[in-house]
Amino acid sequence: MNLTRKLEILADAAKYDASCASSGAKRRDSSKGGGVGSAGGTGICHSYTPDGRCISLLKILLTNVCLYDCHYCINRRSSDVPRARFTPEEAIQLTLDFYKRNYIEGLFLSSGIVRDADYTMEQVIRVARDLREVHDFQGYIHLKTIPEASQELIEEAGKYADRISINIELPSEKGLRRLAPEKNLHRTQEAMAGIRTRIEAGREEKKDRARKKRRLPRVYAAGQSTQMIVGADRSDDATILQRSDLLYRGYRLRRVYYSAFSPIPSSSSLLPSKAPPLIREHRLYQADWLLRYYGFAVGELTERSPGGGSNLDLELDPKLSWALRNREHFPIDLNRASREEILRVPGLGVKTVDRVLGIRRWSAIRLADLTKLRVSLKKCLPFVETSDHSPTRLQLEGDRLRERFLPPAHQLEFDFQGAATTAEGGMRISSSSLAR
Amino acid sequence: MSRATTIDPDFSSWRARARELLAAEIPPTEVFWSETGTRQGELFGEDDPGLPTSRVGEPNLADSNPSESAISFRVPKSFFGLAETVACHTHPERWAVLYRLLWRMTREGERHLLVVSTDEDVRRVRAWAKEVGRDLHKMRAFVRFRKVRETEEGREQFVAWFEPEHRIVRRNAPFFRKRFAGMDWSIFTPDECAHWDGRELTFSPGVSQSEAPDFDALEDLWRSYYKSIFNPARLKLRAMQSEMPMKYWKNLPEAELIGDLTRDASQRRDEMIDRPTREPRPAPKNLYLEKLEDQNSIALVREAEAVPEQETLSEMKTRAECCRACPLWERATQTVFGEGREDAEVMIIGEQPGDQEDLAGRPFVGPAGELLHSVLRELGVSREDLYLTNAVKHFKWRPSPKGVNHRGPTRLHDKADRGEIAACRPWLWGEIAKVSPRVILTLGNTAGQGIVGPDFRVLRDRGEVMPSPDLDFSGKAFATVHPSYLLRLPRGERGIERAAFVEDLRAAFSHA
Repeated sequence: MNLTRKLEILADAAKYDASCASSGAKRRDSSKGGGVGSAGGTGICHSYTPDGRCISLLKILLTNVCLYDCHYCINRRSSDVPRARFTPEEAIQLTLDFYKRNYIEGLFLSSGIVRDADYTMEQVIRVARDLREVHDFQGYIHLKTIPEASQELIEEAGKYADRISINIELPSEKGLRRLAPEKNLHRTQEAMAGIRTRIEAGREEKKDRARKKRRLPRVYAAGQSTQMIVGADRSDDATILQRSDLLYRGYRLRRVYYSAFSPIPSSSSLLPSKAPPLIREHRLYQADWLLRYYGFAVGELTERSPGGGSNLDLELDPKLSWALRNREHFPIDLNRASREEILRVPGLGVKTVDRVLGIRRWSAIRLADLTKLRVSLKKCLPFVETSDHSPTRLQLEGDRLRERFLPPAHQLEFDFQGAATTAEGGMRISSSSLAR
Repeated sequence: MSRATTIDPDFSSWRARARELLAAEIPPTEVFWSETGTRQGELFGEDDPGLPTSRVGEPNLADSNPSESAISFRVPKSFFGLAETVACHTHPERWAVLYRLLWRMTREGERHLLVVSTDEDVRRVRAWAKEVGRDLHKMRAFVRFRKVRETEEGREQFVAWFEPEHRIVRRNAPFFRKRFAGMDWSIFTPDECAHWDGRELTFSPGVSQSEAPDFDALEDLWRSYYKSIFNPARLKLRAMQSEMPMKYWKNLPEAELIGDLTRDASQRRDEMIDRPTREPRPAPKNLYLEKLEDQNSIALVREAEAVPEQETLSEMKTRAECCRACPLWERATQTVFGEGREDAEVMIIGEQPGDQEDLAGRPFVGPAGELLHSVLRELGVSREDLYLTNAVKHFKWRPSPKGVNHRGPTRLHDKADRGEIAACRPWLWGEIAKVSPRVILTLGNTAGQGIVGPDFRVLRDRGEVMPSPDLDFSGKAFATVHPSYLLRLPRGERGIERAAFVEDLRAAFSHA
């Protein structure tokens, strides 16, 4: 099989992993040593495909042969996709060739499970190790790890990788038992716990060496992330977000990626065969942000939501939807309220909130200031007070406030680019800016 | 009266001139900025004779003038970074606006001006900086090198063609040097070209695209990758275009595929949906899969019951890993069973694992554990000689309160309730029965309740205690506070309480 064909199969096999970040690595570059590569700044997306997703890393599987039978996965043993396998040398050469042409930030390497977890991990690690040690490659490396692999191997993987990740896949043990019989939620979380401990130990080591002014060899990956598939099992949004919240708190994940279950060429009879729930995925990303940066709790986002109490509101973004259900918190006085309170105003993001706090130290906030900050007045006006505006009680209490925010029905026909329509509704969204 | 001042269009020229003007107290309303190489600059020709004439590159007054520091210390550091970025912009008014900002900050007392994002000057400068920043970023993203040759020493040589919107080649060149140090490269643009030969970064005037190579054998492979990584089931053209605007497409080898991929997407998606599904295939014979299946089908312990007499500690531990007798397992990482000598004379019982113990799967490895270790060291006792465990084996936690701290959301220790202590009691009593220590020392309320009963209160019952008559234990039992109680005390009170804690431990150990 020629290299092009292998690449086609093994990229196709890897594309359902949404993780793409190339940021957060330790700062380093190739100015010493003979190789290429740098990392440590913000990540760079080198291209975009028409699905709105970025290409930042060369995302491939080492092989798509797999012992496991996870029903949502294109590579499960029951699937009839063509199978291929890169030699470590091929994967290494591809990475270097692409990197030198500035197509990519680095490598995202995963693998189907062959023979056993440890053997597979060893193959994956070998590629990363040779890239670092033989080719002096300083670019970004993200390694997918297998929770069943031995601690020593996960440890070694972290020595070469900037990020390691284990996919939790589904938010509940029940779902996993049905759809991914080989996997186990608690085993995965145990492995994540080990990784968090190692990452933090590496950070301490780094501080310690910095104090002693010693040069630091590569210590350990800078972060871990995971992915959850949305819409393959019956888990509701509350269950998904509870799981994310637990993962962020317990294992300090950098990111939880949500991947709308997407039809695959050879799908399982246990799974829904329909267009991916893209809007739901988008709402989950928004809610995820609110959990991490806006001080919201999971319950607040789903309670009393039109999504049925345990699902997010699909029609409106979760913050706006929360505000409409909790009008007694408003209006918020932008000239007096605390940061926490202002963060809850629909239409105001973290950056804008911090700008408002900066400006109001010197002059009172007026509506014109919001316009200059490019805030959507339509969205936030009913919820804020400024020195020259306060919403009428009627407005804030009116039954029609929600309708005011709903997208016009005809948008369905206009804004849609065919395939982006889903069974769940008619809003065009772009989650890629969030997904980064 | 307005004064014309002509500078080369770069940051250092502007800075030098701005310093002179500022030192001479010339207000922005009187300065007319123009650039060399532009028509305006040529029209005005000579500079205002009222100012010391200095051009870029020449050493000038301000660079060596000690008074310059007097100017710069009143300007926020961030301003110069911002100005340097804005200098790369092509907008003709940028020099004037930057000077006006500088003037307002230094001469009109608006030192905080940059914070006021709504000020018109600040807003414009920030918008320009953002545009330049975006251009810098997109150049880093969309430059595509093509290999031209390999030197005899095996050094690969690459050339790229790129058309930036602003004058960013010099600003961006160090990024490419650091990233591609191990190869020779040139980036050609219409304005200016940058070159790296492994030793030195050099610049030359702009060239036309025809000078750049138009082929690289690897691009077919790159296009194959692009095609394969695209998921036709989730077409989102606008999302793509907002990040990769069409103006860049002409220099991206992969962009020629976009049309076809987009056109065929919905058909490919429908084909996938319509294809018949496949039934699961039975597992092949594989030792590893069998092992996994064994692990995954271990019997869950659904309710607390007394541990069988013949069971060993390690068998008990394995069983406890699957304990579901109370709901705590669900949000914890793992069961944290006791550890230490199986024939220890002293058994120390804590309350429940904390954040660190939950991650490590071992008792007393967090901050409270550290405190306990330091006290043990003082008493000359080694952890290895003891058996350490907790009354409750899963970490019970509640979310850190709302509010956004830099560490992000965390888990806070929460008190186990009566039912949870009772559910875990068989494990604790099982450990006591197996280890059969001479002395038990409980730390904290929960631990005391684990062996005495729900009415135990540590601050009242501290000292020797009577274990529940149902517990099969003939030694002596003592109770004291948990080390985490000491950690929560204000510093001033901690000394006395710690000393009392040490004495409690000493008293307990004296019976071993």
